[in-house]
Amino acid sequence: MLAHPFGRLRLQALPFWDMLQHPSKGVVINGIIATGAALMVVLGGIVTVALISRYRLWRVLWSQWLTSPDHKKIGVMYVVLAFVMLIRALLEALLMRAQQAYGLGGGFLTPNHFAQLFSTHGTIMIFFMAMPFLTGIINYVMPLQIGARDVSFPVLNSISLALTAAGAALVMISLVLGTFSTGGWLGYPPYTEASFSPGVGPDYWIWALTLSSLGSTFTGINFAVTIYKKRAPGMTLMRLPLFTWTALCTSILMIFAMPPLTVATAQLALDRYLGFHFFTNDLGGNMMHFANMFWLFGHPEVYILILPAFGVYSETISTFSGKALFGYRSLVVATMAIGVLSFTVWLHHFFTMGQGADLNAAFGVATMLIGIPTGVKIYDWMWTMFRGRIRFSVPMIYAMGFMLLFVLGGLSGVLLADPVIDYQVHNSVFLVAHFHNVAVPGLLFGMIAAYHFWFPKAFGFRLDERGGKVSAVCWILGFMLAFFPLYALGLMGMPRRTVAYTEPAYVPLETVAFFGAILVVAALCALGVQLWVSIKHRHANRVFVGDPWDGRSLEWSISAPPPEYNFAAIPVVTDRDAFTVMKESGAAYTAAVPFEDIEVPRNSALGPVLGAAGFAIAFGLVWHIWWMVIIFGTIVITAMIVRGFARNTSRVVTAEEVRRQHQHWMDAVARAEPIARDKETTSANEGLAMPIDTGAEQ
Amino acid sequence: MPSGNEKADLKAQERREFLSYVWGLGLALALTIVPFAMVKWGAMTPLAVLAVIGVLALVQIVVHFRFFLHISFRQKREDLQLLIFSALILSIMLAGTLWIMASLGLRMGMVQN
Ligand code: HEM
Ligand SMILES: [Cu+2]
Repeated sequence: MLAHPFGRLRLQALPFWDMLQHPSKGVVINGIIATGAALMVVLGGIVTVALISRYRLWRVLWSQWLTSPDHKKIGVMYVVLAFVMLIRALLEALLMRAQQAYGLGGGFLTPNHFAQLFSTHGTIMIFFMAMPFLTGIINYVMPLQIGARDVSFPVLNSISLALTAAGAALVMISLVLGTFSTGGWLGYPPYTEASFSPGVGPDYWIWALTLSSLGSTFTGINFAVTIYKKRAPGMTLMRLPLFTWTALCTSILMIFAMPPLTVATAQLALDRYLGFHFFTNDLGGNMMHFANMFWLFGHPEVYILILPAFGVYSETISTFSGKALFGYRSLVVATMAIGVLSFTVWLHHFFTMGQGADLNAAFGVATMLIGIPTGVKIYDWMWTMFRGRIRFSVPMIYAMGFMLLFVLGGLSGVLLADPVIDYQVHNSVFLVAHFHNVAVPGLLFGMIAAYHFWFPKAFGFRLDERGGKVSAVCWILGFMLAFFPLYALGLMGMPRRTVAYTEPAYVPLETVAFFGAILVVAALCALGVQLWVSIKHRHANRVFVGDPWDGRSLEWSISAPPPEYNFAAIPVVTDRDAFTVMKESGAAYTAAVPFEDIEVPRNSALGPVLGAAGFAIAFGLVWHIWWMVIIFGTIVITAMIVRGFARNTSRVVTAEEVRRQHQHWMDAVARAEPIARDKETTSANEGLAMPIDTGAEQ
Repeated sequence: MPSGNEKADLKAQERREFLSYVWGLGLALALTIVPFAMVKWGAMTPLAVLAVIGVLALVQIVVHFRFFLHISFRQKREDLQLLIFSALILSIMLAGTLWIMASLGLRMGMVQN
């Protein structure tokens, strides 16, 4: 320990070391790319720190954000994390597409570098983009939709965020020190065992996943308890907005699906660190256990990802069609059916591993069954739109792109569910096309639609409409160009994870896919520009009254942004679409008397402390810096014990303060001009909706 | 202000809860140490050890439910629903895994007698 205070961390870990030692052309190109990426991380960090210092925001950051147990702030921080990681993962995708476009006979990346790219891209997209994004949106929206003041365990919520962020930071630091795993996002042993991958890569992967899956397990428990225990009076289960239903289902899936992953990665860690033989080739190890356990997690995981997006589409389609959701009951049943069925199909990810044909057939049939509830949903959304007064707002464009494209992705999934077909195309880019075809239009579009839909609620002003539309069209077209060619390439026999090839026939299709990826990156840039423009023009687009889209559920019944305690008085719910009912019966915008003192949780440093310590422990484990592991392990235990003795965990917002804020909002309501739907994207929209004339509703 | 009587009640209740946690901790520890000891000192044939560990694991679950999660089996409908759902999902995972690994073992020649 004393001889090597930094464990196995040496100068060789720096990304430009190799290039200086052996400056051949190939090595230099890869060295420059890797160094550039590392520089981006380092510079990004430095610029962030400098800006925060320049505007003296450290105190604000600490006391208003990092230590805040407020579900709304935690939600926003999750989404920010997701966007940062999305930028990195998309740039990696662009790099991979560029490599393959020039990959005939070589290209410019080394196989090792390419393998790192698909491993980090996949790992980030799933664990550090998709999961934080949906967790953030649920965090923000769900408590508001059920009429609650916060989640059940606010400090645990902040811990979950910190753990997820620590995992993300670990993946980021792997760009600067050492290299990430080359074993793909699923890290199959025996390749990831110490005998084949002795470096730090798989360790980075293991500990990043461990941190994030712990965070997700806590989140799942937190959300499920909140939905069960904290609903407003009258909010029965069958009156929950559909987004909250999907949030509940996703949380339950998280609770049951994350542990197999945590166990599998922990066992792999035991193999690598302590010489166990769970998944090794020799001495009784069996890597098939890893595949089995990984997909026990992995398949429910894809439904964890997609269900909240389904919930978002349900809300936006109903809101922007001006109609109640068609077939609410069937959507609930379909959601829960998907929840259970998603635990019965995991074998379809390893049809070719060698088990018997009867097993494959059984799991193949189960897989096809999932298509049924999903199909029900698509029809319900179409019937919701039918004869509605549809407004082509940004979330609606995403919803329509989703419905068209997701059906295609789902159909290719049903094809893959047939073991006979799977034997032909598994491990080809046909599969890559399939899962991006569901992940991008499903999950990613859904989350971006949610961002547009609820942004005004969170920040009090609308996003620029035109920028949003440009970006949406770029996403949709870019996606199609980037992935439709891959179906054909897959049928032509191109394996996935291929760094280079010798078949000239691939080149035209690969080139198209490359342009698609460029368009997708352009779409992301458009989102950035849109945000900038929107912030610049925020004063013209304020919607403080809080209901810019003529919304239907409770989150629209309060100011935008909402007060920290959400509801001055807990609403009483009498039917589905609670806020629409309130607006129709004249119960919306009433003075909440009598005002009461409201207890809110006090800030706690526990989250950031555990997150920072968790990061340090993981870093120490990766590089075998044992003193670091011991010190920060002690800090974790101490922090938890100290927290156990904290007695003053809440603070009171006085009735007088609540009354003042409520009055301020009610004044704004009285001043605001109610607007008709055709003006909702103009600056006349202050967030007060004109009652719909009766013609629209049947 | 709670009256003297209520205060005494609260004290008694706190004590009861504390004791229940101590019981839980003790049982959980015992149920963990015994399997380790059995493996370490090889008291029985491997098959018997496995069987006993399995049974103790089930008891462990009950202990956690009873002492830490405060679920007694005839309380609320919600609790019961959740238990049944958990049992369903876990048995799907378990049965599926056994089926898959057995089939693989057989066909890949990995079953050793
Ligand atoms: C929208 C633009 C995206 C582009 C252009 C893109 C591109 C790529 C490329 C080129 C690969 C490597 C394919 C190969 O193995 O040959 C890949 C793999 C992958 N992508 Fe994406 N991707 C995108 C979005 C996403 C999203 C949204 C997700 C998930 C939520 C995702 C998850 C994955 C996963 C899991 C892999 C597999 C990694 C592995 O092989 O281990 N991607 N992607
Ligand atoms: Cu699956």
